[in-house]
Order: sequence, then C-alpha cells, then structure tokens
Amino acid sequence: MKSAALEAKSLTKSFGDTLAVNELTLAINKGEILGLLGANGAGKSTTMQMMLGLIKPSSGSIEIFGQDLEKNRIPILKRMNFSSTYANLPSNLTVWQNLLVFTGLYHVKHPRQKMEEMMELFEISHLKKRVTGQLSSGESTRLNLCKAFLNDPELLLLDEPTASLDPDIADKVRTLINRLRHERNLSILYTSHNMRDIETICDRIIFLHKGGIIVEGTRDEIKQHFKEQSLEDVFIHIARDGELINTKAKPQS
Amino acid sequence: MNPQVIVALVKRYSFLYIRNPVRGFELIFWPAMELLLWGFLTMYIQKETTGDFSTFIRFLIGATIFWDVLFRAQMGVSISFLEDMWTRNLLNVFVAPIRIKEYLAAMFCMGVLRVSIVVIVMSVIAWLLYAFNLYAFSWTLIPFFIMLMTFGFSLGIISVSLILRWGQAAESLAWAVPFMIQPFSAVFYSVDILPKVMQTVAWCFPSTYIFEGMRELVKTGTMNWNAIWMSALLNLVYLAFAAGIFIWMFTKARKLGLLTKIATQ
Repeated sequence: MKSAALEAKSLTKSFGDTLAVNELTLAINKGEILGLLGANGAGKSTTMQMMLGLIKPSSGSIEIFGQDLEKNRIPILKRMNFSSTYANLPSNLTVWQNLLVFTGLYHVKHPRQKMEEMMELFEISHLKKRVTGQLSSGESTRLNLCKAFLNDPELLLLDEPTASLDPDIADKVRTLINRLRHERNLSILYTSHNMRDIETICDRIIFLHKGGIIVEGTRDEIKQHFKEQSLEDVFIHIARDGELINTKAKPQS
Repeated sequence: MNPQVIVALVKRYSFLYIRNPVRGFELIFWPAMELLLWGFLTMYIQKETTGDFSTFIRFLIGATIFWDVLFRAQMGVSISFLEDMWTRNLLNVFVAPIRIKEYLAAMFCMGVLRVSIVVIVMSVIAWLLYAFNLYAFSWTLIPFFIMLMTFGFSLGIISVSLILRWGQAAESLAWAVPFMIQPFSAVFYSVDILPKVMQTVAWCFPSTYIFEGMRELVKTGTMNWNAIWMSALLNLVYLAFAAGIFIWMFTKARKLGLLTKIATQ
C-alpha cells in the first residue's frame, strides 16, 4: 500500500445554506500528481484552500504527512508550498527581492545559493533585477513556481499554474514540473481547466461536481467509463449532466 | 517566535522604500506640512494677540510631533497589511509558515521604523523654523513615545482586523481610526476644555494621559509619573483587546472563506 502525503476524510464546507464541499474523501500518494477537475463552483478552490489552512472545514479532517493540519499548521506548511495564477508576488519588488523574502519565510538554509539554483532551473536568472510587475505572464508563472520550489517541498498545491500561458511555455512548465516530481518524489495536487495539462501530467484524476466526487481514476479509466474520446468531452459531460451520473461509479485502478 | 521570519517580513516592507525612494516622500511630506501649518498658525496668533503665549507654541509643536508618533505607528501596522492586499500577495503570506505573532511583530517593527524617520524629520524642521528643541524633553521622550507607539500599534491591529472581516470596504478605516480618538485625546488642548461626557471618554484612552503629561512637563518642568502608569495600564488593556479582536476576526475570516476573497480582490 502506498503511503499518503495528504489525506482528507469526509471533508465538508458550507457557507450558510450553500454546500461548497460535501463529504469529500481523497488521498494524494507520495510522488503522485492528483488532478482536481470540475466546472466553476464545483468546489475545487474551496477544497484546495482548506488544504492550505485558509478555510476552516465545517467538518471532516485533513492530515498532511500524517499530522492533523489544524493542530500542526506551521510544521506542515514548512514542508509544502503553493503556487497560483491568482496569487502574485509583490509587483513592486524585484524578482531577487521577492525570492529573498520567501527564503526567509520558509526558513531556507543557504538562501542565495538556493535562489540561484531555482532561478537557473526555471530559466529566469536573467530577470533577477527586473521588477516583478514588469514580467510577462510566462515569466511571472515561472517566478511563482520558483518561489514554490524554494523550500524543497514534499507536497505542492498548484492552482491553474499554466492559465494564461501560451502553448509553448505551458508545455515547458508541465515538462519541468513532471521532471521535478520524478526527481524529488514530490506529491502534487493540480487544478486546471486546461485538459491538456491534466492528460499529460496527472497520474490520477478526480472530477468534482457540486462539492462531491463524481468520478475518480486514471485518464484512460475515466474516458472509458464515460465512453468519451477526450477528458474535455468528459468535463463537458459532467458539467452539463452531473446530476444524472451515478456518483458511486468509480473505475478501479 | 522565529526572528528569521520577522526579518524576512520587515525586508519585504522596507524593500519598497529602498527600491523606490519616492515612496519615502509620504513619510516626510505630511508630517512636514502639519508642522508648517500648526507652527505658523501659532506664530500668527502669538503676534496678533496680547498675553503670555511663551509656552503656547511649545505645546502645539510638541503635540503635533507626539500625535504623529501615534499616527505613524498605527499606519506602520495597517499600511504593511494593505501593501500585501494591494499587491495580491496576502495569499502567499497566509500559506507560508508564519505565526500570527510573527506577522504582528514584523508590522510593529515597521511602525518603529516609520516613527523613527518621522520624528527625526519633524524635530529638524521644528528646530530650524521655530527653535523648538524636541530633545530638550531628554529621556522623558522615551516613556512618552513608548506609550504613544503602543497605543498606535493597538489601533493598527484593530484597523487590520476590521479589514480582514470587511475587506476593501473597511480600507478607509486604516486612516480614519486614529482620527476617531483624536478629539478625545486632547492633543492640542487640555482635557478640561471638553464637555463632561467627553472628558469621561477621554480618560479611557492612554493617549490622553500622555498629551496631558507632555503639557504639564512643558509648563511646570515636572514629569507626571501617575499619567505614565495609567497610560501603560490602559495600553495593556488595549493591546489585549486588539490581539483578541484580531484572532477573532482571523478565525471568522477562515470560517467564512474571506481570506482568499480579500487576498484576490
């Protein structure tokens, strides 16, 4: 049996009368990339934010590295990281200044060496004196990822990391993430609306609909289950007919 | 508390001023304008009226500088938080391994830095234009400033707590909160000028004791230690209240999912 980097059990979150996440149970194994898919409002962001400790679950539990997130927030956060298209680094600092700040926040040993190493890896060494607000989308994404890898995380939460990137840069980013995952036995929770991302990079996929898991399995299992040619077709199928699908249907891995 | 985290946060806020010195202008411009306005107004009144106004200018200039100590300490806390909100960096800060106390400590440090700069600038202007020597207060400045800064920090934490709960709608409170207490703190006049009801309210603020103490020191040359102790006691109450309200609002914001909303607004 594979050991889990993250385990969520019966996770539920409601905002007043609105049930955002409903009895969600999932696990991310060590070295695995788990794709979290769903239409807008399916509960992906709320789920990810609960896993980052930004939202307190109404009920259920989250264990990361075998520890309860609520009780051990700081030691857990030291071993994980996060990157999102929607969370920028301060636009009025330079690339170097931003990374230097985050090496301090994540208690990175030998910060300058680590920053140089990461900037080289993500091919942004030439931008170190540039003001972050002047970077292109692609450069900005690579900087966000650079920050996310500064503390050598064991678990990474990536929220639409390739949104707004051109296909060439998106492909480079995917390839790099995949390479780093293999090299470091990194566990990743990956959300995206880009089906190409999910097909290429994720080992396992969970489709959410109205806060619950509607189906989970590998890319091929899911396509086979829905008798669709592509994940995009599955996505549309679920988004439009989610209520009609038997939520118990779980392809066997 | 991890000093490395506090230093990293202080670096984050100070880089703004190092990289772009124009930003530092706001630290100098407004205090200088205040001092010019109040200083020249006092000189004008002194010239146009009869009577002994020898200590009047010292009251007003001293009060202007002391008020800025409180105000800039409050701004140091709230502006640091708003900087992260404006640049949509809050999410990165909230998911980093930072304890609330480390975050608050960093904001306090920024408050101290801002106050230090403002006091140096204002004392130089006051000396050049009005021959007012702030440092004539000597060591008594230390307890006065500590009390005012502590109250400013408490007000800053309260402002940040309100922004955490109500987001951008509460942003103007960052500037408004200190001015809500200014009329009661008897900054430019003695407390006994206030109506009775307002006097009762005035004595609930630690700042009132400091401004009254400062006037007494200028007038009689004696330091009122009772005023300092009362101010310290009230400051402890306000600090505990501010910390409590911050933790309450932070917990509420986590429960309602507001942290992400204000972080990505």
